[in-house]
Amino acid sequence: MKNIVIVLAGALFGAGIAISGMANPAKVQNFLDLFGVWDPSLAFVMGAALVVATPAYFFVFKAGKPKFAERFHLPERKDIDRKLVAGAVLFGMGWGLSGLCPAPALVAILSGIGHFVVFALAMLAGMILQRQFMSR
Amino acid sequence: MVEPTTFTPYISAFGGALIGLSAVLLMWSVGRIAGISGIVAGAALEHGEERNWRLLFLLGLFIGAGATAALSGALDDIQPLVSTPVLVAAGVLVGVGTSMGSGCTSGHGVCGISRFSWRSIVATCLFMLSGFVTVFVMRHVLGEGL
Repeated sequence: MKNIVIVLAGALFGAGIAISGMANPAKVQNFLDLFGVWDPSLAFVMGAALVVATPAYFFVFKAGKPKFAERFHLPERKDIDRKLVAGAVLFGMGWGLSGLCPAPALVAILSGIGHFVVFALAMLAGMILQRQFMSR
Repeated sequence: MVEPTTFTPYISAFGGALIGLSAVLLMWSVGRIAGISGIVAGAALEHGEERNWRLLFLLGLFIGAGATAALSGALDDIQPLVSTPVLVAAGVLVGVGTSMGSGCTSGHGVCGISRFSWRSIVATCLFMLSGFVTVFVMRHVLGEGL
């Protein structure tokens, strides 16, 4: 049952990315082009996700523990450190250049276009590089 | 070539609501954050139970996106926007950046803000700002150079 729910959660996420238009890098890059051909659609994706998740999270956390696990796995850090700032800035640069963030990058692979496979592999390499060699 | 895209508030909000629902379902069931960068990195580097739930989530993500795209044609006209070297550089930036900054659009932008995490609010503002500046420089300063 637990595994089915996890797959279902993934499927909802994937469906959401595909339906919302966020798997199209042109739409994402146009969202970031405030002074050009601005397409505000992405703001509606995030806005709607927050409208759903914010009140629902409140009730989920109120229950004290998850249905199929002992505890909630939440980040404990509260401070704004240099890595958070630098990481977010670097991510934003790559996101702007390509119009791809991690979830849409995975979904775009399904188009069968090889360039998107190359992007996803570069992204994965970056993650592994950072975790193995740059984190202390 | 910069071409306008159609503003799709309703369908985008619907997709966003599904993403929100996914985040809620994952937190309710196994107490995990639906942050795709962390899930991808963890699926590659963790072991045992820590890897398994991430692989299952990614399996579902591909199934859900694949089925939806087959029905809606969402992936029919998508194109890479930049040359392969730029795409590789951007991929590395996204990988290193999300790993260093502990999250991406989903983990910080949706899950983090929904639980009022100050780190996620700061990270989201910063990667948005960085994205705005990057696209501004690309399109309005460098022009067609990339």
